[in-house]
Amino acid sequence: MSAAVEAGFAHFRRRAAWRPLEYAFWIAVVASLLVFPRRLSFINEVAILGLFVLSLDLILGFAGIVSLGHVAFFGVGAYAAALFGLAVFADPLVGVLVGGATAALVGFASSFLILRGSDLTRLMITLGVASLLYELANRLSWTGGANGLNLAPDPVFGIWSFDLFGRTAAIASLAVLFLLFLLARRIVHSPFGLSLRAVTENRLRAGAIGIPTHRRLVAIYTVSAAYAGIAGALLAETTQFVSLDLLAFHRSADALVVLVLGGAGTLYGGLVGAIVFRVLQDVVSDLTPQYWEFWVGVVLVLVVLAGRERLARIPANLYRRLGLEGA
Amino acid sequence: MLTILFDGIAYGMVLFILAVGLSVTLGLMNFINLAHGVFAMAGGYAGAMLVNRAGVPFLLALPLAFLAAALLGVLVERTLYVHVYRRSHLDQVLFTIGLVFMAVAAVDYFIGSSQQFIALPDFLRARLEILGGNIGAYRLFVVAVCAVIATLLQVGLSSSRFGARLRAAVDNGRVARGLGINVGRIFTATFAVGSGLAGLGGMLGAEFLGLDPSFPLKFLVYFLIVVTVGGTSSLTGPFLAAIILGIADVAGKYYLPGTGPFIIYAVMVVILIVRPYGLVARSEAR
Repeated sequence: MSAAVEAGFAHFRRRAAWRPLEYAFWIAVVASLLVFPRRLSFINEVAILGLFVLSLDLILGFAGIVSLGHVAFFGVGAYAAALFGLAVFADPLVGVLVGGATAALVGFASSFLILRGSDLTRLMITLGVASLLYELANRLSWTGGANGLNLAPDPVFGIWSFDLFGRTAAIASLAVLFLLFLLARRIVHSPFGLSLRAVTENRLRAGAIGIPTHRRLVAIYTVSAAYAGIAGALLAETTQFVSLDLLAFHRSADALVVLVLGGAGTLYGGLVGAIVFRVLQDVVSDLTPQYWEFWVGVVLVLVVLAGRERLARIPANLYRRLGLEGA
Repeated sequence: MLTILFDGIAYGMVLFILAVGLSVTLGLMNFINLAHGVFAMAGGYAGAMLVNRAGVPFLLALPLAFLAAALLGVLVERTLYVHVYRRSHLDQVLFTIGLVFMAVAAVDYFIGSSQQFIALPDFLRARLEILGGNIGAYRLFVVAVCAVIATLLQVGLSSSRFGARLRAAVDNGRVARGLGINVGRIFTATFAVGSGLAGLGGMLGAEFLGLDPSFPLKFLVYFLIVVTVGGTSSLTGPFLAAIILGIADVAGKYYLPGTGPFIIYAVMVVILIVRPYGLVARSEAR
């Protein structure tokens, strides 16, 4: 192998190496469990939102697909886990896997719809698929319609049952988040992830140097759907309840907001964004419960007016300087 | 049967009036304006306030609702939208969703979340027997108004000087500017008319679409269906799409009450798979 290729490999290996602050971030996450023992269900929600946003980041940040209906996979995962738990086997771990697998199937099927057409067609199709599933869950009798479904998952590994304080829930969700984050990190730094970046930046040119662009997009869309499905299934298992709210449009919009605030195209962006978003939501909702969405709207408008792409470089540079992301 | 068909046509006509402005901004100006429903809501609420609180006659309130929404449209376009015309589609999506969220919460805060009803004058409340079908006078009125507007739009776009300039500005903004056409002003005027029509539609449709703060989100999908399914090459496409959508929705609710809007979403997804650029497509390249 020539020296230049060697150097290239070394460069990418350096990029993919773990930075000190990354260890610190995850230690802080674990520490939050001990520091805030009364807010464990809150931590659970943040972890699940973080995972959901991470899944959106995989397609928006790393593959440039604008989606208005990412909640579809979240909801499919949640409902699949719930229905499987009620009908077949109430083990939560299996439920989460079933949720992820079902969402991946739906994602794989719908990925072919988003390959063609313009951004607008993609927006419409993602939004349409999400609306379709929402109506389906609303009308079908076995999804409980507007009443939702109650679940009674078994204890995790047969030992830890889901308690009122959300202890098991928070630990389980964080564990899943961490594992899937590791996988996402691996994907992004792999040759596959690098080719995906090429596809995002210039699809025509990427195709010309021999990258199968369609197959790349289908693959990442499926992976992202699986992530979203696992996030939804986690929420279903840990709150032991699924309802139409899990398929509601505002979740897609919220995820976009979180990702944009945290920084799209950086793995930690979704996680940091989720923490900031939920803490802010907690604070603002205490002050004006109904009008949270108004402030979300204000922030969105201001962010775009101020130049989102310029602003997005701030968190990205910040993570880089802090050593959360490879340079 | 005839009643359903007629109700469907009335519904579709209103959808067309509501969405036609969007088909211009979104289809022709290539600006993803998810906040279009906000202008419809503004018109509807303006109408409701005028009729119910100020006692303005219904027929006079209609043009006022148009004006209110058009004014709001100009204001928003000049102050906010001009900054995002050239941005990426993601920026436009985020920006307009932000506006929707703000509008929904603001209306909820100032007026309340309850459904608004607009009191109809007596002569519009009657029901008529035509060809064995039982048809509400109001629907007839709506169909007549919308038909007139649709005709005016078609004629205006195809044979007026303004229509020619608009088409030139859309087809090639740089060349149009080079020929001395003030593209910015044309877009503003178009945007105003589109918003005004949405406002008019919001007021006309309050009777059967309902009017509450969640209006812009609830009907967003419908507007987008009309535009994307109809294509953007002419007004005929969106018009056909709106009528089909209206009839399908009313008939679906009547004959298959269990499915709701499910069929419509399914049909839309299928159409977009087969023809990603709409039923009446201009060209694949756009």
